[in-house]
Amino acid sequence: MNHWIAAPILVPALVGAAMLLAGERRPGLQRSLGIASCAALVLIAASAVESSASGVVQPYFVGDWPAPFGIVLVLDRLAALMLAVAAVIALAALAAAVASERPWDARGRFFHPLFQFQLMGLNGAFLTGDLFNLFVFFEVLLIASYCLLLHGQGGARLRAGLHYVVVNLAASALFLVGVALLYSVTGTLNLADLALRVPRVSPADAPLVRAAALLLLVVFGVKAAAFPLYLWLPRAYAAAAAPVAALFALMTKVGVYAIVRVHGVVFGPEAGEAALVAAPWLAPAALATALLGVVGALAAPTLSRMAAYLTVASVGTLLIAVGAFSSAALGAALYYLAHSSLAVAALFLVVEQIAARRGTVGDRLEEGAPMVQSAFLGALFVLAAVALIGLPPLAGFVGKTMILRSTAALPGAGVIWSVILVVGFLSLVGLMRAGSLVFWNTTPGAVPAGPRVHSGLVAPLALVACGIALAMFAAPVKRYADAAARQLGDRGQYATAVLGDPAAAATRPFPAGVRADGARP
Amino acid sequence: MEILVASAIGLLTACGVYLMLRGRTFAVVLGLTLLSYAVNLFIFATGRLAVGSPPLAADGAATWADPLPQALVLTAIVIGFATTGFVLELALRTRDQTGTDHVDGAEPNAKAPDA
Repeated sequence: MNHWIAAPILVPALVGAAMLLAGERRPGLQRSLGIASCAALVLIAASAVESSASGVVQPYFVGDWPAPFGIVLVLDRLAALMLAVAAVIALAALAAAVASERPWDARGRFFHPLFQFQLMGLNGAFLTGDLFNLFVFFEVLLIASYCLLLHGQGGARLRAGLHYVVVNLAASALFLVGVALLYSVTGTLNLADLALRVPRVSPADAPLVRAAALLLLVVFGVKAAAFPLYLWLPRAYAAAAAPVAALFALMTKVGVYAIVRVHGVVFGPEAGEAALVAAPWLAPAALATALLGVVGALAAPTLSRMAAYLTVASVGTLLIAVGAFSSAALGAALYYLAHSSLAVAALFLVVEQIAARRGTVGDRLEEGAPMVQSAFLGALFVLAAVALIGLPPLAGFVGKTMILRSTAALPGAGVIWSVILVVGFLSLVGLMRAGSLVFWNTTPGAVPAGPRVHSGLVAPLALVACGIALAMFAAPVKRYADAAARQLGDRGQYATAVLGDPAAAATRPFPAGVRADGARP
Repeated sequence: MEILVASAIGLLTACGVYLMLRGRTFAVVLGLTLLSYAVNLFIFATGRLAVGSPPLAADGAATWADPLPQALVLTAIVIGFATTGFVLELALRTRDQTGTDHVDGAEPNAKAPDA
């Protein structure tokens, strides 16, 4: 067993605990530990991608208990890709948080440990091979995110935070109901085992399985901020600290990831009675999410709220491709997922830098005095915007083209194409209007003093550079994403790797009281 | 026993959802708590209801209680307790900062009936 598979969970967990032991009075030590942990995670994720690229599925049996009875972590191509995206964004967000003139970690307590626990939850959710552990890691990342969202406090953040927490707690309750329903019918919560057993449930129990699948879709829809469950997002993300919002841009992708894992594979095309139970709901919801997200961005009164709504629109575009439930569309979706996470995170960080240079106007979309370094910031803003809109030559264009091509043969291709193109056009209008208002439509007056330290510009610049690299190396990344999508479709390989001999696992009986004829004692 | 457990879960869920839709944070927190009770009972019931059965398969036992949902319930209780504590503290802090216990952080129109 390759013990490094557990490292993306263990490193932030141990570092976070060490930070708590070191105490709040050593901010320098906390910072160095945090940055070191994030840098280590980037290296670990890179090696995970490298070792998964060959197509091997590596299980990790915690405590060496055999699956499906023990806890199992599974590293495959998709998990490695998600780990890598998370690590890059986390490093940039943490660098931005400590590098600004009023560092975020000095504006409240326990910023660094919470950041590490959030990463632990994220990485755990990507690695786990078990539905209940997915719930547990969701809770870990949510608890950390509640505190991070409130970091720095203030009335707006508290109000947004209350909505966010209550919505997510209700979603957690639904998650448990869905998990329990699945367990009661199949007798397992291991994802590999579920994928084998869901197709074999008796017709009498199939409605229960379908209900469980749709409940889980609602839960993941809340996390991913899909229509109509996105209403909590814009307020919360716009109120959060910019580095935290950049990290949160990744949290919506956790929901998308869970939909891919659970509804794309367990309830995928081969799931018998429950095959593709999410498809009739997911595609319309995705189209509505994309459209409403971009309309919200057009109406947004501040730059950060606009970035938050564009997050929703990008999730919608992503879910359109996921909702096609084909291997080709999934490959395109995974490329777009990596790109949109980076682009949205970069936009949040650029907006923070812009707001810091506009004096009292901040990030409100109003005329203000000219700002220092407007040419450099303008260039950064344009690069982040071009990537997000999907204009050539950056990764957004490549990703959207892939999605368009992969959905061309679908029955609803006309609607899908129109929505994706209209969303791109409207985000172009919104971001152009915002950019020209902020950078050109300035009132004559004294230039507000910008921050004295410019190290805050490094993180957004690095993220934009990552986005450009994603466009330059689109071919190898797309090959990897396509291979990841094909690997997801290969349920046999996953089951063999996790369960050993799938045939032996298939002979285990279903829970007592479930008979082939559907009768219960 | 089935009808008793099922109606208890249903009643708890109904009360929980009703309270969650109220406009005051305290009612919302109570609603979340009731909902989590309902969910915990539901998970427990997924292991099938068995009376006087050993928790694990014993020699000669015809039936046994499934121990896994009980373990799941324990985890869910722990997590639910922690999150309830957090949301209570958050509600108190919001009340302290905004001067109102309305979930929107501001009193609705004074003429409107209590939300």
